[in-house]
Amino acid sequence: MSEATAKRSSLAIWLPLALFGAFFVLVIWGLVRPADREVASAFIGKPLPQFALEAAAQDRPGLSTADFKTGKPKLLNVFASWCVPCAIEAPQMDALAKRGVEIHGVAIRDRSEDVARFLATNGNPFTRIGKDDVSEVQVGIGSSGVPETFVIDGKGVIRYQHIGEIRPEDVDLILRKLAEAGQ
Amino acid sequence: MTRFVKQFAGALLLVLLALAHPATAQDLLPPAPYAYKQLEDPALEAKAQALMETLRCLKCQSQAISDSDAPMAGDMRHQVRTRIAAGEEPEAIRTWLVERYGDYVSYAPQNKPIMWPLFAAPLFILVMAALLLRGRFRRDPKDTGK
Amino acid sequence: MIAELGLAVLWMAAALAVLQLFAGVVALRPGGAAMIGLVRPLAIMQGVLVAISFMALIDLFLETDLTVKLVAENSHSMKPFIFKLAGTWGNHEGSMLLWVTIMAMSGGIVALVEKRLREDTLIATLAGQAFVSIGFYAFLLLSSNPFERLPKAVPEGAGLNPLLQDVGLAFHPPTLYVGYVGLSVAFSFAIGALVTRDVGPAFARAMRPWVLGAWIFLTIGITAGSYWAYYTLGWGGWWFWDPVENASLMPWLAATALLHSASVLASRNALRAWTVMLGVIAFSMSMVGTFLVRSGILTSVHAFAVDPERGSFILALLAIYIGGALALFGFRASTVTEGERFSLFSREGSLVFNNVMLCGTLAIVLLGTLYPLMTEAFDAKVSVGPPYFNPVSAIFVIPMMLMMSVGPLLRWRRDKPGRITALVAIPALITALGLLAVVVFAPSIRILPILGIAVGAGLAVGSWLPLKGRNLRRTPLSVYGMVVAHFGIGVALLGAASESAFSTERLAAMAVGDTQQVGPITVKLLAIAPVAGPNWTALDATVTASYKDSAPVTLHPQARTFSSPPGERTESALHTRWNGQLYAVLGNEGDDGRWQMRFWWKPFVPLLWLGGLLVALGGILSLLGRVAHDVRRLRAEDKIAYRKARLEQVK
Repeated sequence: MSEATAKRSSLAIWLPLALFGAFFVLVIWGLVRPADREVASAFIGKPLPQFALEAAAQDRPGLSTADFKTGKPKLLNVFASWCVPCAIEAPQMDALAKRGVEIHGVAIRDRSEDVARFLATNGNPFTRIGKDDVSEVQVGIGSSGVPETFVIDGKGVIRYQHIGEIRPEDVDLILRKLAEAGQ
Repeated sequence: MTRFVKQFAGALLLVLLALAHPATAQDLLPPAPYAYKQLEDPALEAKAQALMETLRCLKCQSQAISDSDAPMAGDMRHQVRTRIAAGEEPEAIRTWLVERYGDYVSYAPQNKPIMWPLFAAPLFILVMAALLLRGRFRRDPKDTGK
Repeated sequence: MIAELGLAVLWMAAALAVLQLFAGVVALRPGGAAMIGLVRPLAIMQGVLVAISFMALIDLFLETDLTVKLVAENSHSMKPFIFKLAGTWGNHEGSMLLWVTIMAMSGGIVALVEKRLREDTLIATLAGQAFVSIGFYAFLLLSSNPFERLPKAVPEGAGLNPLLQDVGLAFHPPTLYVGYVGLSVAFSFAIGALVTRDVGPAFARAMRPWVLGAWIFLTIGITAGSYWAYYTLGWGGWWFWDPVENASLMPWLAATALLHSASVLASRNALRAWTVMLGVIAFSMSMVGTFLVRSGILTSVHAFAVDPERGSFILALLAIYIGGALALFGFRASTVTEGERFSLFSREGSLVFNNVMLCGTLAIVLLGTLYPLMTEAFDAKVSVGPPYFNPVSAIFVIPMMLMMSVGPLLRWRRDKPGRITALVAIPALITALGLLAVVVFAPSIRILPILGIAVGAGLAVGSWLPLKGRNLRRTPLSVYGMVVAHFGIGVALLGAASESAFSTERLAAMAVGDTQQVGPITVKLLAIAPVAGPNWTALDATVTASYKDSAPVTLHPQARTFSSPPGERTESALHTRWNGQLYAVLGNEGDDGRWQMRFWWKPFVPLLWLGGLLVALGGILSLLGRVAHDVRRLRAEDKIAYRKARLEQVK
């Protein structure tokens, strides 16, 4: 064996251990990192897609893209009557509505009578509610579950996405994001 | 006893997760028209099927939308089929979804710098093997090497 | 009482393992000769004690002793016998006990039968085996005690995950486990050989049956797991490149490479350091696989026993054993002299090619599986799936399968290309014809299935060539084993390629009485009715299927609902013909009273699993051949020793 070959192989001998070390560091990091199983929307900063949804409840009109282009920031809440966390965030939604925030709802895969019952039980903070039976708007804005809440600015551009239910401690954050979108 | 209850609840949750059904969320709506219906044109359906096999179901653990009973996977199949039927190209639909969900939604790795090492890997492996093996074989077949 | 007995025996076994390690280390030091005689009996006793402990756990499950926590959490008195039995290992604690049981029993068997290896290498091997098992005993006894009692018996058990209540899945995990743990024996042999610097043919011969055995179980486990996923997940897919599936594939790839390099070392005394390295890698892949599955670090559709805490424990064991072994390799490998040399064009050369390709595939699977985790460190969430794994692994797999028709025909050390050209022309011609036929008659199919059909057909024929010119009755069983295993790979490839190229799908909303066409098959929905099983109820569809004009057969796809614990599962119905399989699934009821039905006609898909079983059968033939050969040799040696003794008596 030539000297060069010997040198090469002596380095190669340590290669498996080095690779194992790299693997070890990677999975340690993987174990300690905060578990993040959510898929965030990649559509933040982009304008809402074109849509026009029928009304999901009798006393609220349907929802279309134009309803967001009024110059004032609003919330778009993706919810469903069959979703338990949606009922949990209802008091916070009411609080936001009472503070003058305009909230538009998109009911995912829902029946009108169920939406009506849900609103009767949990309160109705929505100005308009669109009925999204095939998750068209949900997919269109990169939402992957219910509930999710989006901050939309006055030009109809998505500014912020909140995944999961809005808890009492999240209300201030949402208000701040709305204020930022209004600037 | 409480620990037992907690672990049992954990086990139950796992079972439900494994079934890819959200524990409490079960909508009553029928599936979207093209969730469980093929396109009339077999060529278009084949195109849609090939695409759906490479799109990731966002609500499931690790499944393509073509392999999942989750309602959202059905809705995404509906999207793909209606768009294909409307004449869109599969790669355009993939790009459309990647714009909304990021690269995560596509099982086919996208051509982005962060994926380049993945594509370079096979070449790297072959070059490494060639380097390690160089000079290891007996050159002269007459030399018995003893 | 049984639970306490099981636990006590388990503690005793753990103590024996510590003693075995200690005795082994002392015996290998100068002046430690007194300890030499102790190591083998300790290993045997340890194996016996753990077996008793495992039987105690089985007994608790069969009796459904609800004062034991593990039984209460995972079993149910109303469960059928077979699932009570499977419940023993269908959970984390039980499966870890199964792990140490296999490990200790294999150690015991090595101690009992291994006679070829140098005694000091064997002692180092058994000490290594004890060292590895101590970690798993600690894991079991400190954090996963299977025999823990509840303060008060519960009235009824919680039951078993409905997905696991399936005969296929009841035996799939333990089969894979035997394979995983069997590789630990190869690992211990590698450690033993490194410690005593005794890397040679004897080491390879001693290790080979264990690798072969583990490999047979892995092959069966993967084949069965793939078939199980195929008929349970309800969409006709059989391999998803899911992390858990990859975790079972990686040890198989490493074990396959090890099997081939060990045979080079055994017959030619070459590839010494490389074989030792593979022995370490193969078991590393078992542990990495177990870690990936248990830690839940990667999302998987098959995630069952996920617990990050246990994941950390396995990771710690991984760091100690694999890190330690690789470091030992680093220090010792340079002193392992290079073995016999050979020319590129020789049997050894082709086996090196095979090893490079197998390890290349392994590296790609490992990298692709971990890649999403790596990119997350850079804050990018990506998915790596079939569009990456299929073509990139083909870069390695297709050349390897071409080589599989050539390599076994070559002579050891060096050969001339001219000698085998005529023979190799046969599979080459078939591959070329296959390529031509597919391109002409089915031009629309994708490139990978085309290659798969052409190469698979060539290999299915080429694999038999090594038998040409041999006296078939005198050919060793191990040669038949190789031929059958290679043939199985070709058959499996044909099945996979055909499934991916020619499957037809029919999704339809059907009312009772409707008919549908799927490929050459006409299906008719006759009835939908509720039925009850031992611990489930189901909607049961009666469907008739007739192939072209033949008589119809009846199928019963079901949607099952389980009560303890609650869950749902689709039960697909299969109709297998010689030329393909009909796959039927009952979905939900629509608003209009019609049912969502799904059908697939998959031509030649059973070849896929038949091929897998043939590969395993090849392994079994080969193992039988090797063991028979060893037994004959031992008898012959005994006879010689006996004659010598007699001769000396006469003198």
